[in-house]
Amino acid sequence: MLGFFETGVGSLTWGSIAMLIIGGVLLYLGIAKKMEPLLLVPIGFGVILINLPLGGLMACIIEGKVVEAYAIGGEPAGLISRIFRYGLAWEIIPCLIFLGLGAMTDFGPLIANPKTLILGAGAQFGVYFAFFVALLLGFSIQEACSIGIIGGADGPTTIYLTNRLAPHFIGATAVAAYTYMALVPIIQPPVIKLLTTKKEREIYMKPQLRPVSKTEKILFPVMAAIIIILLVPKSAPLIGMFMFGNLLFVCGVTDRLADTAANAFMNILTILLGLCVGCFMSAETFLRVDSLLVFALGVVAFATSTAFGVSLAKLMNLFLKEKINPMIGAAGVSAVPMAARVVQKMGQQANPRNFLLMHAMGPNIAGVIGTATAAGIFLGMVG
Amino acid sequence: MAQENVEFPITGKITSVNVSQGSKVEEGDILCLLESMKMENPILAPVGGTVTKLELSVGQVVEVGDLVAIIEY
Repeated sequence: MLGFFETGVGSLTWGSIAMLIIGGVLLYLGIAKKMEPLLLVPIGFGVILINLPLGGLMACIIEGKVVEAYAIGGEPAGLISRIFRYGLAWEIIPCLIFLGLGAMTDFGPLIANPKTLILGAGAQFGVYFAFFVALLLGFSIQEACSIGIIGGADGPTTIYLTNRLAPHFIGATAVAAYTYMALVPIIQPPVIKLLTTKKEREIYMKPQLRPVSKTEKILFPVMAAIIIILLVPKSAPLIGMFMFGNLLFVCGVTDRLADTAANAFMNILTILLGLCVGCFMSAETFLRVDSLLVFALGVVAFATSTAFGVSLAKLMNLFLKEKINPMIGAAGVSAVPMAARVVQKMGQQANPRNFLLMHAMGPNIAGVIGTATAAGIFLGMVG
Repeated sequence: MAQENVEFPITGKITSVNVSQGSKVEEGDILCLLESMKMENPILAPVGGTVTKLELSVGQVVEVGDLVAIIEY
């Protein structure tokens, strides 16, 4: 009888109160400040839910005993722990999100200006930089891979890789990746400003990109899938789904499927993923030195990726007759379309004639391919 | 008086028109908002001056190179 009247009030700890406040801040940023609400609202609410004691959302059964926190070896017994186990730990949701992403991605700017592919690759340097820093700080090679990949600013890829290599870190890396994706408009501008002069930011780029034919658009996902998967086989789940989603979108005869993949299907996955990520931010798993270190290294990875992208664009300018605006290098991180939007906004601020959105989408999309490929390389190395 | 033709840099759908024929604008003022790639993008005045031609309506779909406005300065 007593158990029936059990309340959570007595079990509140200072840690969980702190996390409730963090959850509130995430909701505030999403709702009032409209910062990536589609990510921050589900994550923020998940954080609040999981930090209310005794709710059992993440409960697992280990050796016949129920524990509140998620346990990798345990049998999931709560609502979110089940969604997490069969959706995320089984690597279904992150890959299916790539299907949806593919169905909403226009490879046109990348096909029209393939030079930007280099920028998407350049921005992956941050991934390797953070990987080495994490190694130096004493993380294991598997953990370092998972931390480095945060620099790609790609949520599904980060979850996919961490789950394979360092599942105990999945909460920290997933939260870091998603938070930094939402914080792109705050983290990137100072890095970009530091590395560029006002003159460079003012560089005007002609709006008209070369028209891309339908045949090119159809051949691209098919060829890209074949080439990338042959080169980096372990990238098959992510790249395969990404290119398949894109083929549905461009081939012209499967509009119904593409529409569902890009909208309804994607929304469902976003809800499930967002809640799961939020529910990994319980006080006992999140307020720990190694989790906070993962967070700190994540921002290093992300800022370095931005810096490398911009520097590479400046390097390319030394050889190009028609100069590119170096800011589009920053869009080489794969936060689509947040990074491209930041570049667009800063470009317009520097020069109202500038409209860099299309130019920034090229490296941005190349960045998605780059991060998924980097994950494949890590998996091939240590997986 | 010089004049500048402002053209759309990207294809999209107009979601709001912020100035009208005869308006005075400063460099960097928002002429109209364009929804493109699921984002709302402002089209800014490249120079300060007077809008002498602007024929846009909300919901209109525009192509790259279509005229936004003519600004005299």
